[in-house]
Amino acid sequence: MLIKQAPDIPSSEITPEELYRSRREFIRKASGAAGAALVAGTLGDLLALEQQDIPNVKSSEFSTDEAANGYEEITSYNNFYEFGLDKEDPKRYADDLTVEPWSVRVEGHINKPAANYTLEDILSPHPLEERIYRLRCVEAWSMVVPWVGFPLRDLVNRFEPTSRAKYIKFETLMRPEEFRGQRARNLAYPYVEGLRIDEALNPLAILAVGIYGKTLLNQNGAPIRLVVPWKYGFKSIKSIVKIEFVEEQPLNTWNVAIPHEYGFYANVNPEVDHPRWSQGSERRIGNFFRQRTEKFNGYAEQVADMYSGMDLGRYY
Amino acid sequence: MFSRRLSRNSKWMLLLLGLAPCFLLVWDSVTGGLSVNPVEDITHRTGDWALRFVLAALAVTPIRWISGWNPIIRYRRMVGLLAFFYASLHFSTYIVFDHFFDVFSIFEDVAERKYVTAGFVGFVLMVPLAITSTQGWIRRLGKRWSLLHRLIYVVAISGVIHFLWLVKLENSEPLIYAAVLAVLLGSRLVRYYLTEASKRV
Repeated sequence: MLIKQAPDIPSSEITPEELYRSRREFIRKASGAAGAALVAGTLGDLLALEQQDIPNVKSSEFSTDEAANGYEEITSYNNFYEFGLDKEDPKRYADDLTVEPWSVRVEGHINKPAANYTLEDILSPHPLEERIYRLRCVEAWSMVVPWVGFPLRDLVNRFEPTSRAKYIKFETLMRPEEFRGQRARNLAYPYVEGLRIDEALNPLAILAVGIYGKTLLNQNGAPIRLVVPWKYGFKSIKSIVKIEFVEEQPLNTWNVAIPHEYGFYANVNPEVDHPRWSQGSERRIGNFFRQRTEKFNGYAEQVADMYSGMDLGRYY
Repeated sequence: MFSRRLSRNSKWMLLLLGLAPCFLLVWDSVTGGLSVNPVEDITHRTGDWALRFVLAALAVTPIRWISGWNPIIRYRRMVGLLAFFYASLHFSTYIVFDHFFDVFSIFEDVAERKYVTAGFVGFVLMVPLAITSTQGWIRRLGKRWSLLHRLIYVVAISGVIHFLWLVKLENSEPLIYAAVLAVLLGSRLVRYYLTEASKRV
């Protein structure tokens, strides 16, 4: 699968919101009829080509009505330290990364066989949905991103975790030849993230393969990444090559790097400040002024139960 | 010797040169040269230049010692005022875009966040230096003027600490500023001990 970075998109080519909305409407209508027609393999073939439209995307009740950020914004302002520390580095060096062929190792406490699954194997059983989510970075900026993906729980259930699987550990590709950040060792690589199994089973958690109905660009974590919208962005690990069902809480990269600043849970929480800055407000990309940050990034209704009785100041 | 007119002209040149980063920032804002988070860009760039000019002001004296080119001292005030100019832009961005003039939240931020405290101290201490930079104040304050303007050391240290404390990950950039500052302050210590030693001989 080869996903090349698109050339710079002039602002004139960014889909205007109206058009985009009407396209979503179209997708909604069309998907009803065509939903069943998604043949296994079709998607894999599609992803093997250059970045392009993903067909048969269902809409989701979990999508926010808030205006999504533009494609240019979402693809040019990223934290992906494998490409460098600057926000513009991921876009700048996106072409360094080859995402074809791509496989994902699934292993650990599961009844299904542990193996390297091709991207197509991973994706083929799962119908894709559009999920328009708020994304809140731990650095106190935020965006609204129209992801295309499928519920992580569907994949988890498919591999039949045993009772010993208490957590899921994810790993990003380790390839210093292509990732200059890995050569510079700006963090301890490979990048690791994890979720508690109940978090992974929460319907909001998705594995994303696209944005704005197109396959992911490398700077956004192509070809497949996690999106957990109630947690700070660094939990939503990019370019996943390994999914492991484990008994112990995984040591996630940022937690290892600076333990007193970044925890395992990393739930968006305006009441628990970062030791060095306030998490009480955020700047939505595209706005000059800041806005209030919502607890669990506004997804409390769907996720707060999982943390009832937990001291969120301690388990930050 | 350096003619007065040449000196005046070159001061204008320096001012223009010193304002170039500001013009560039305005140009980038207008032409879409900033990132999709322009407030962050403005904050970072004005902060960078404030700190650079503070260090440049501190470099004037050691350069004079080493080069023996005494007229360089005439440019120090301009460099210092440029530092204050960028620090003011930096501070204003913070007041307006980060807090929208909310005095309470600014107070809370300054009190609670170490890096904000450091930056705030640095900026506040620059104010009396900028005000007393005129000939009139220099005359009025006499010897106390040089004493007062030693605050620039505190300003520079605060600025570097502000930068060191705000970066997310161990970053070589603030460490470069810290190293430059160490050299600039160290040169004064060396000078001091050398002159002390020569006095004793």
